[in-house]
Amino acid sequence: MPVADRALTRGRIAVYRHPLLVRLTHWLNALCLLVLLMSGLQILNAHPALYWGESSSFGSPFIAFGAGRSAAFPGWITLPGWQDLADGRRWHFFFAWLFVLNGLAYVIYALVSGRVRCVLAPTREQVRHIGSSIREHLRLRFPHGEAARQYNVLQKLTYLAVLFGLLPLMVITGLTMSPGMDARLHFLTTVFGGRQSARTIHFLTAAALVSFFLIHIAAVLTAGPVNEMRSIVTGWFVIKPRKEES
Amino acid sequence: MTDGPGIDRRRWLQSALATVGGLALSACDRISQSDRVNSTLDYAEGWTKDVQRLLLGRNALAPEYSVSEISATFRANGTTNPDTEEYNRLAQANFADWRLVVGGLVEKPLELSLEELRRVAFRTQITRHDCVEGWSCIAKWRGARLSTVLQQAKLKPGARYVAFYCADTLELTLDGSGQYYETIDLIDAMHPQTLLAYDMNDRPLTVRHGAPLRLRVERQLGYKMAKYVMRIEAIESFRDIARGKGGYWEDRGYEWYAGI
Repeated sequence: MPVADRALTRGRIAVYRHPLLVRLTHWLNALCLLVLLMSGLQILNAHPALYWGESSSFGSPFIAFGAGRSAAFPGWITLPGWQDLADGRRWHFFFAWLFVLNGLAYVIYALVSGRVRCVLAPTREQVRHIGSSIREHLRLRFPHGEAARQYNVLQKLTYLAVLFGLLPLMVITGLTMSPGMDARLHFLTTVFGGRQSARTIHFLTAAALVSFFLIHIAAVLTAGPVNEMRSIVTGWFVIKPRKEES
Repeated sequence: MTDGPGIDRRRWLQSALATVGGLALSACDRISQSDRVNSTLDYAEGWTKDVQRLLLGRNALAPEYSVSEISATFRANGTTNPDTEEYNRLAQANFADWRLVVGGLVEKPLELSLEELRRVAFRTQITRHDCVEGWSCIAKWRGARLSTVLQQAKLKPGARYVAFYCADTLELTLDGSGQYYETIDLIDAMHPQTLLAYDMNDRPLTVRHGAPLRLRVERQLGYKMAKYVMRIEAIESFRDIARGKGGYWEDRGYEWYAGI
């Protein structure tokens, strides 16, 4: 199953990093998250206030967005671009289905193929040296040579937190808000501390995903945008030898 | 153009840039106005309905709350007073002359006064009302079980939905399609928590909240729970009512199945 490396000129090696299914689910996931974010802000525009607890305490919200403005979130960041809750919901729920099915395809593949164990789980060695990894990262120094063949420990932990933490949390808090699902899965409402708490956590998790996206893009740009983009489009990632090795 | 060529060119450039920018921005908007896109997006409603119906079955109950959890203020959305001549006359007499008309595909059409409705098997429940906008309020409801009323009227075999016609007109239209109405299917109509509610928090419904009678369909969103119910009809299909989507908000793009 593993695809052999290809030797390139000047000692560079092309490594087959991302199998087709990972690339497809990555891009479909990116599309889903974009539509879900924009349609989600459209839905939030209908009542741009968040609360803690089971019901809404209108006089004392946890956060109230865009006081006095006609729309709390402007048209360029919502879907559709004008205020239309009904359309926003249609986009949101269609892409929520797509997002869940796409996510399930990825998770099943990642578990069965051993990707979680071999590629995403940090090695014992990595965990032991997590301190120096953090220091290297803060100096924007990225691994080269053979060390670049695998994800570094921070990358692994971040991907695991997004894949098995934030993304499922979006779905679960979303379902908790459904009055239908609440008749079957009321324990979820209890776990999150009420329907309005679930709605607030849904928003905060989305905000965390936007932060992840910004860091993810910044990391791609600093680590080498051409190589990173090639690997997530074609699968092939090029490893350059260390200066002292060449 | 009376301006010099330089200004003319700058104007042209500006308007060209504005056009390109506008096209890029409106691309998204045009996509969301396309009928084919919209009918594709509509599939999600069917998937959600089928999966929820499978998971919930006929009788899974919406959660109920304690008295201490009742909301201090319960927001009223949509119409807060139908304010028609007929409605005002009924309200002035405390709805003593009001009758709930039950008809359509039934063996025994009924006309029920509030007194008579109060004698029908009732249920009291403290439930959470989730508005499609995102907020929630908790209140205590008492009302006649819809299933009992329908059993008294005896549904004919062809009946598949129940339609609720209301006293309020939310949008003034020439064809009368702005009058509030809702439809639910028999699974929701027969659900034990589905009520024709006349009391809210131990008092008769106020005008703001739908006096004299509002529907409670606890496993769906607030817009399904029609206020100011005047007439109930058992029907085979809602295609011929107003714009044919099964409700005032459904006719304006919202899902008929409002379980999410």
